[in-house]
Amino acid sequence: MAADYDVPKITGEDGIVDIPSLQPDAMKGHGPWVSKPEFQEDMHFPTDFTMPESIENYGDAGTLVENWKERALDKMGDLKGRYRSLQVFLDICVKCGACTDKCHYYIGSSDPKNMPVARQDLLRKVYRRYFTFAGKFFGKIGMPGFVGAAELTEDVVKDWYNYYHQCSQCRRCSVFCPYGIDTAEISMAAREILDHIGMGQKYCTEIMGKLNKIGNNLGLPEAALADTLEGLEEDIFDETGVDVKLPLDKKGSDILLITPSADFFAEPHVDGLMGYAKVLHELGLDWTLSSYASEGANFGMFIGSYENMRKVSLRIRKAAQDLGVKRIVFGECGHAWRVAYSFLNTLAGPFDFLDQNYPVPQHILEITEPALAAGKLNIDKSQNDDKVLTFHDSCNIARGSRMGDKPGGQFVLPRNVIKAVCNNYVDMPADTIHDATYCCGGGGGILTDDLMEIRVKGAQPRMEALKHVTDKHQVTHMAAICAICKSQFTKVVPYYGFTMDMIVSVHQLVSNAIVLKGQLTEEEIEARDAAEEAERIAAKEAREKAAAEKAAKESKDT
Amino acid sequence: MVVGVIYAVLFWTATLVLVLGVANKIRIYAKTPAPLKIPTTPAPVTQSGVFLRMFQEVFFFKSLFRADKLLWVLGMLFHYTMLIIVLRHFRYVQEPVWGVIQFVQPFGIYAGFLFIIGLLGLMARRIFIDRIRYITAPSDIAMLLLLILIGVSGLMMQFVSPTDILMVKAFFRGLITFDWQPLPSDVVLLVHLGLVAALMLIFPISKLLHAPGIFFSPTRNQIDNPREKRHIAPWAAELEKQGKTYLDELD
Ligand code: HEM
Ligand code: SF4
Ligand code: SF4
Ligand code: SF4
Repeated sequence: MAADYDVPKITGEDGIVDIPSLQPDAMKGHGPWVSKPEFQEDMHFPTDFTMPESIENYGDAGTLVENWKERALDKMGDLKGRYRSLQVFLDICVKCGACTDKCHYYIGSSDPKNMPVARQDLLRKVYRRYFTFAGKFFGKIGMPGFVGAAELTEDVVKDWYNYYHQCSQCRRCSVFCPYGIDTAEISMAAREILDHIGMGQKYCTEIMGKLNKIGNNLGLPEAALADTLEGLEEDIFDETGVDVKLPLDKKGSDILLITPSADFFAEPHVDGLMGYAKVLHELGLDWTLSSYASEGANFGMFIGSYENMRKVSLRIRKAAQDLGVKRIVFGECGHAWRVAYSFLNTLAGPFDFLDQNYPVPQHILEITEPALAAGKLNIDKSQNDDKVLTFHDSCNIARGSRMGDKPGGQFVLPRNVIKAVCNNYVDMPADTIHDATYCCGGGGGILTDDLMEIRVKGAQPRMEALKHVTDKHQVTHMAAICAICKSQFTKVVPYYGFTMDMIVSVHQLVSNAIVLKGQLTEEEIEARDAAEEAERIAAKEAREKAAAEKAAKESKDT
Repeated sequence: MVVGVIYAVLFWTATLVLVLGVANKIRIYAKTPAPLKIPTTPAPVTQSGVFLRMFQEVFFFKSLFRADKLLWVLGMLFHYTMLIIVLRHFRYVQEPVWGVIQFVQPFGIYAGFLFIIGLLGLMARRIFIDRIRYITAPSDIAMLLLLILIGVSGLMMQFVSPTDILMVKAFFRGLITFDWQPLPSDVVLLVHLGLVAALMLIFPISKLLHAPGIFFSPTRNQIDNPREKRHIAPWAAELEKQGKTYLDELD
């Protein structure tokens, strides 16, 4: 695949990337597309700004809201009063640099402003200048830089917009910081401030607009969704001869399944969805999807907007109440699961109307894994023998959530499931998995074509680890449990010499291996298909014959 | 006596700034809500688990150990020797001197040297590693210099120009009871004490806030139990109570 920018080189030697030396301004730029006032309006953000005429004008004072400086500082003050994380993190960083080599975007781009602490400093220097004694004092005597403070200028806003959209909020930096300083929290706050001065990001706000109007990020209306699900039911029937349902808006079901909308159409996501359907069918569970809440992802988190994140989450609560379900289960999605696991109870709880015998919400893997362990599913592992698997820990699941009742269950459950349905499994090097996992490069609102360069570069550490296991351990496929990871990988792996179909969903592997009750064998399916084909041909011949006869009769008549 | 009065005022001010400044920051940290559960997982699922996690971070710099072994060694060296040195200094104000304080006395001298070595190592990182140089502000260098000079002037009193310890002790005990006492007018001592006062003064307005701050870091001090226990900030609860979506719609 041709790239119009440098794709980092990978060797596969030990699977660990070398830390590059600094290349200042390597990723300086205008950032992603700015959001129009109409999208901002839907999100309740200010709209009194002027759309920049071209990308060169992004961040120019004339394009921002009136009194942008004052309003940016007001917002910063407001946020630091509402988020302890922000207040504490802005104060306590000692600039020890332990985080500097931990961000995949720095590693892939060499731009020093992509080092987590430097990224934080873009905001921190303004905080120091306007909110701390040291910054105000040294600012007054004209040397704010002495204490790491700086005036808020247009250029600072431009850097904010550019570099806070080169952070996938993956929290890898926070694992290694001695105080757990989480750059994601800073990025979210920065984006919230930008949203209040006329620099919203089009990708996120446009998508949230669709979700608010239609129920999912794709803007897939109910009828289209119903069609899609019917199509999937047919696919499963063709493949297995079993009537597995993917119910939509089925009132009184036990389980409401919430899944990222990419599961409805994208590859390999959709194979995962068929996997959940088969598992739920096989376990005899009564479940449904909802057209009103047909989206697992919640982009409100990316833009740091508690209010918008809550608004989206409340759709799930409403759907659960309207459908009268007893449980909520989430499909494979990293960010969705972080919001669901860590925030849903806060945002849209309390869920006292649901069955308290189950965690609310539950992850689909928390159903599949115990079922496999208890032997409740009939598995033919050899169906995956054409593959050697490895697993990408999605950062939001790894570092922002849990599965099962023990800390670290989020690493164990997916691996247990893969190993229960595949014979060949190899982990990537230890420094690149579990809570040290590297982001795919596309999370946190970055998964958009206008940020392709940083997406490709940010994937480097994961690609290096993947190359290692493909070269040295014959790995052929990488499984993931996040819609964004899957989309990002299928798009960027070709830049590194892999093929996109090497990315699979975990439940796709389950789907391959599961043998449903009443499932036809391959021979039976062949025989069935052959019979159907013969029937079809016979019918066609009969039709043609009838048509020919009719034509002959007609020509005779005239 | 003039010197004594100036330094007495200086130390009272510095102590006041340090105590009130840090107390004020702690008050701000404590009253600012953490609206969402954001522990960096895997995280403990019980309060005692969080206590253990915090303990490991505060006393062993556990995350730093994973991140950077060299920095960990230098950081541990610097902080623990500083701890020993600080403990040792209690003998200049205590009467009678506690057992622990007496116990650490002999280690004081070694600690002094290791303290400076640790700090020089930290300084070297800031100069020689390009990433660390990039994120270093002049104040970061100044702070290390300040600490190094405190250490050097302290050791000088030990080895080069000893001062009248009994007089110093009388001075500091006097401070506690607001009883003005003279201070020996040795330059090295005055420099040493001046720098220490400066350190106390900048503590609440600088990155030294990491010491109290670490206890308030939500990624480290939260229990991983969002599904079991509902967590909600007062301002968020208000949205719910009033049935509003956006904060500016609240009455
Ligand atoms: C709860 C107690 C404390 C903890 C857990 C703690 C922890 C840390 C850690 C992990 C670092 C980063 C690594 C390093 O450079 O050593 C650090 C840096 C630092 N600490 Fe502390 N610290 C504490 C108290 C203090 C105190 C009381 C001071 C007072 C002088 C202090 C002064 C510093 C300085 C100056 C640095 C920066 C070193 C540099 O510039 O490289 N610390 N601290
Ligand atoms: S590791 Fe933490 S304290 Fe150290 S520079 Fe990075 S953010 Fe600051
Ligand atoms: S959150 Fe992830 S992307 Fe953002 S600075 Fe930290 S490591 Fe980099
Ligand atoms: S897309 Fe996946 S890998 Fe990337 S940040 Fe999100 S969860 Fe992490």
